[in-house]
Amino acid sequence: MNGRNMTFRPAVLLGLLLAFAAGCAKQSNEIPVGVYGSLTGTTATFGISSKEGIELYMDNVNQAGGVAGTKLHMTVEDDQSKPEEAATAVQKLIDQDGVIAVLGEVASSRSMAAAPICQQAGVPMISPSSTNPKVTELGDYISRVCYIDPFQGMVIAKFARQTLNLSKAAVLRDNKNDYSVGLANYFSESFHAMGGTVVVDEAYSEGDQDFKAQLTVIKQKRPEFIVVPGYYTEVALIARQARELGITVPLLGGDGWVSDRLLEIAQDALNGSYFVSHYWEKDENPAIQKFVTDYRARYNKTPDALAALAYDAAGVLVHSLEELNKSDPAGFKSLTGPRNAKQAAARAKLRDYINATKEFPGVTGKITLDAKRNAVKTATFLGIKDRQYEFVAVVEP
Amino acid sequence: MQELFQQLANGIAWGSIYALIALGYTMVYGILRLINFAHGDIYMVGAFAAYYLARLLHAGGPDPSPLLAAVVLLGSMAICAGLGVAIEFFAYRPVRKSSRLTALITAIGVSLLLENLGIRLFGADPKFFPQLVAPKTVVLAGGVIVTNHQITVVVISILLMVALTLFVHRTRTGKAMRAVAFNRDAASLMGIPVNRIITITFAIGSALAAAAGVLVGLTNPKIEPLMGIMPGVKAFVAAVLGGIGSIPGAVIGGLVMGVSEYLVVGYISSTYRDAIAFVILILVLLVKPAGLLGRNVAEKV
Repeated sequence: MNGRNMTFRPAVLLGLLLAFAAGCAKQSNEIPVGVYGSLTGTTATFGISSKEGIELYMDNVNQAGGVAGTKLHMTVEDDQSKPEEAATAVQKLIDQDGVIAVLGEVASSRSMAAAPICQQAGVPMISPSSTNPKVTELGDYISRVCYIDPFQGMVIAKFARQTLNLSKAAVLRDNKNDYSVGLANYFSESFHAMGGTVVVDEAYSEGDQDFKAQLTVIKQKRPEFIVVPGYYTEVALIARQARELGITVPLLGGDGWVSDRLLEIAQDALNGSYFVSHYWEKDENPAIQKFVTDYRARYNKTPDALAALAYDAAGVLVHSLEELNKSDPAGFKSLTGPRNAKQAAARAKLRDYINATKEFPGVTGKITLDAKRNAVKTATFLGIKDRQYEFVAVVEP
Repeated sequence: MQELFQQLANGIAWGSIYALIALGYTMVYGILRLINFAHGDIYMVGAFAAYYLARLLHAGGPDPSPLLAAVVLLGSMAICAGLGVAIEFFAYRPVRKSSRLTALITAIGVSLLLENLGIRLFGADPKFFPQLVAPKTVVLAGGVIVTNHQITVVVISILLMVALTLFVHRTRTGKAMRAVAFNRDAASLMGIPVNRIITITFAIGSALAAAAGVLVGLTNPKIEPLMGIMPGVKAFVAAVLGGIGSIPGAVIGGLVMGVSEYLVVGYISSTYRDAIAFVILILVLLVKPAGLLGRNVAEKV
């Protein structure tokens, strides 16, 4: 027993030394930026799109010489679509990779798991596309570049009530998901206020395969449309099963539908349905077209709204870094150095610049953060026809 | 009323999947007194084997051929039969003489191994099962709507269960199986090749689980490496509910589970979907400790 311990000790020491060396090795002249997202799991396209959007922006910046001559270094962690893994991923980015800012997540549940860690460590976190209001309430280091669910819920209600002229809604929400529960509630409130009624409110859990029991109940209440504020995998399966049960009314949803897998799974089941998104890829705005062309050239696919928001989140971060460099070059320099009080002060300043973002020209619209660090911007309504997306309307805040 | 019948129809289709998985649990338990926790994961492997076979054979697509669908189903069953036999040989046989607890923990280990191997090999993100049979809806009496997929599930399940019952009761191998289940040592003394019978049991049980996996892929076309956990647990409950070791018991248990799940989601709340399994289990075991069709045999201590 003793002998075994003796042989193990040098190995352990060596391991510790290596870990220490790795910790020190980041003395490079690059600014370390952390990205976490769901590269695998039930919402894999969310993370992949976001990662690609950020990567595209940062590489463009680096090719143009970096931020004031300093390059950005991006470290990506996968959270497997699980909130607990999101917390671990961010902890690792901060402790081991020493990142000075974090970009992520799409899913509100996962952003809310990671945000307290960033707040505690004093590392600014910009969520590209988490829309639940609670996310930025977790601290002043947390901000986002997208609109929030009270607005999104209102937009869906208004569209159903005024554009489609419908008054009887069914809601099918994901009970395990902060985003879905929040959006379902905000929709119901707005819809009631506009004189509509929610005739039935059913629930499922993320990961479920079978929704026919809930859909049978919904069918019996004869709603004029069904609001499904969930994520794309479940939404597509729900749509298929609804059609199998002979439910023909349109489905309405939020930005959780944004994924190139949505129609691949749903096939024709979502024709005639509508959802809220953040941008429209065929918009003629030259900045949007440049982004779409660049993204296509690099990844060989059309960027979805989550890629566009991630691109903008990286943009807001880079813009704030430039501001920091203008006002405090020494503080800016400390971002490439070790973690110390000087760097903490610089990160606090960086946070202030992020939170003061005004009229930043993003591909998803002009980004201005309000006092609660939420972006106030337009929503884009998209429809689905013959397995193709089509533009319906832009809704002002 | 129509709503109730609709929920019942869907519940029966879903319950037949549980029944197919429960059969494997019950057969293995009957013979080895082992709860094979890896069984739910074999169901997962069955779905993935079919997924890759279908891609290999270009089955599925807009105009699928029923012949290829049958090949995919049988191929996946064969692959999983092999996997079940291998698991028995490498994992369970070496610990067969040890305490039952050892075997149980080995089974949990095999289950975790299959799940994580699945994540490694197939990836953690869900795959979309190809359309092996073109979807069609059928309106039954009373306005109840079912899909041809659901009908296929029920019909194939019934066929497999009837075949299994005939096999166990009408063939020599089946007779040997029952003998081994009754008393392994005595069966061995009578010249029954116990090891071969156990191998056959694992092969059949795993093939049934694979069939369940393929059928689930047909009706709910989303498969992922952890898809076997919950159905595995539910099917185990179904087997215990029906009386573990009893083949008709497993079928009845599976159907009870499927239907009650639908009724709970339809009339109470989807929150209790998974809880209901255990509530039913507790209630049945309070009244009939051996399960619905289980025999009450006092065990010698």
